Amino acid sequence: MSVLEASAEATAPPPAPAGGRSLVATAWLRIRRSKIAMLSLAVVVAIVLFAILAPWLTALSGNNPFTSNTSPEVLDDLETPGLPLPGYMFPSAQHWLGVEPALGRDLFSRLAYGAQVSLTIALLSTAVSVVLGTVIGAAAGYFGGRVDAVISRIMDLFLAFPHLLLVLSLTPILQSRLRGTPLGEGSFLPMASLVIILGFFGWAYLARIVRGQVLSLREREFVEAARAFGASHASILFRQIIPNVMGVVLVYATMLIPTNISAEAALSFLGVGVKDPTPSWGQMLNAAQAGNWYLSDPWFLAVPGIMLAVTVLAFNLLGDAVRDALDPKAARG
Amino acid sequence: MEPQEILRVEDLAKHFTSGRSLLAPGRARRVVKAVDGVSFSLARGRTLGLVGESGCGKSTTGRMIARLLDPTAGRVVVDGQDTAGLRGKDLYHFRRKVQMVFQDPFASLNPRQTIGSAIAAPFEAQRITPAGGVKRRVGELMERVGLKPEHYNRFPHEFSGGQRQRVGIARALALEPSVIVCDEPVSALDVSVQAQVVNLLEEIQEDTGVAYVFIAHDLSVVRHISDEIAVMYLGKVVERGPVEELYSSPQHPYTRALLSAVPIPDPRAARAQVKIRLRGDLPSPANPPSGCVFRTRCPLMATLAEPERERCSHEVPEPASFGRAACHFADSAALT
Repeated sequence: MSVLEASAEATAPPPAPAGGRSLVATAWLRIRRSKIAMLSLAVVVAIVLFAILAPWLTALSGNNPFTSNTSPEVLDDLETPGLPLPGYMFPSAQHWLGVEPALGRDLFSRLAYGAQVSLTIALLSTAVSVVLGTVIGAAAGYFGGRVDAVISRIMDLFLAFPHLLLVLSLTPILQSRLRGTPLGEGSFLPMASLVIILGFFGWAYLARIVRGQVLSLREREFVEAARAFGASHASILFRQIIPNVMGVVLVYATMLIPTNISAEAALSFLGVGVKDPTPSWGQMLNAAQAGNWYLSDPWFLAVPGIMLAVTVLAFNLLGDAVRDALDPKAARG
Repeated sequence: MEPQEILRVEDLAKHFTSGRSLLAPGRARRVVKAVDGVSFSLARGRTLGLVGESGCGKSTTGRMIARLLDPTAGRVVVDGQDTAGLRGKDLYHFRRKVQMVFQDPFASLNPRQTIGSAIAAPFEAQRITPAGGVKRRVGELMERVGLKPEHYNRFPHEFSGGQRQRVGIARALALEPSVIVCDEPVSALDVSVQAQVVNLLEEIQEDTGVAYVFIAHDLSVVRHISDEIAVMYLGKVVERGPVEELYSSPQHPYTRALLSAVPIPDPRAARAQVKIRLRGDLPSPANPPSGCVFRTRCPLMATLAEPERERCSHEVPEPASFGRAACHFADSAALT
């Protein structure tokens, strides 16, 4: 939650009200008044805490996500797989959600550490997209003319391509390029490549939104005033214009996080993302599917699946709430 | 002794080209002559009122003086330096000499910047550290314009329109410019606040010797503050003269119409006043009338005989000398 909270405080929507409360305060008030917003916020906070506290939570039961436990007590009724609570999935004091089939690794540990990996990838790739999209979009809108024409065509290109196909084909290439660099070490490699790939393919839409905002902002008189006292282009962009698009950027970022969580899961599920032994929710789905374990132990597929669905839903609802709360046209709350 | 000239504008013009189309490259472009041959000069510590209705090019003229727009033709000479060719470092240094105060006190301040850092921004941009430090100088400037220095860290939305306008004035003063272009600085404010801001500008002028180009759309506001007035119509100056002369004996029919529109607080005097109503709309600057630009709305036209009208529609009137109107029949106009 720390990331979200920090950005919510550091940024605010473009038009300030004529008086009274600041828009940040108004937005926060609106979020607090909406039950759905507060619920989704609570779920998001809980999931982020779950990820951050993974080492401590798993230490409570004395497990880690990599150690196998194939003792017969854990695999209590291996002989009778099937519904409703079969085999490996039997919750116990030692393994709260049971263990993985075959390898016998603690499922709760993998879920918690997987949350770390999944959320880290989603947040970092969102950060990459947001920085790229904001700077490139602002540059296009501010400089206009040829710069705008070139950047806009590149944006069109990015938006027109089928992302999944491109990402699927580019990830192995990127991974082979990253090998041998500091980013390409061991389990870090698939995470780094996912962050780069997802970040690189997510900026175009935001850049287009930011460009539109900047087109109108650059005609505002405070920008003319800055030009009149000789401020540099960089200073005008970063000090006068970009702070005024941060509201839009914040809304888009909260919408992009769940997209990237699902994208990570999809890619890991398809085998180009996070790989065993590193846990991520997508990798766990992939493991459940790869060994056909979901047939005998649907719970094994359901645990990461439910976690993923709840997280994406909560982030999406929170994104909607943030958008509504920052909407200057909405009735004053 | 003639006061020292700080600003001279010669035949300044700004033409905007529109209608450039990728699909119809052969089509003639429309040229909008927003400003078309404006000349005046301004002495140190004096004020020129630039008056005209919306769309007459007065703001465009102001922006060209501050080099926010590049002129299509003509010259702007500030402190003996022609600003037209300034690029890079020279332009950067020129920025210290001319500053602007804008009309809309809500659009002229960045809503995400505290007013203190807005006033400090010119120092940063010009890499100037005033004696005693930026923060202290900003505090002094805030006091100078009637703001409390302890409000340094407040955001613009916490202030009223008049207070915001004071912030804009403090920001314009920061670099100690020789000329400030005030683009309708009070027309967005309440009447009671207007007087305070105009008085503040006058006090500042007495203290610092700054010269103002004061743009306004009506004659009542500028009368108080200006030493000289230039009346603009459709991109041209139609009459220019010392303020009292222009008010007591306006020569151009347009100036007379503008003056007759100034409200008079005394109802008896107001009833006695003869209102000159201009008929029709302002012609499009993309397609201005031939000859005298004012002829389509000129009340004099009705009183003129055919050959004289011919002259108005074919010959562009030029002011005979300083203090004279750009009208062929200014003398007869003054008689009516």
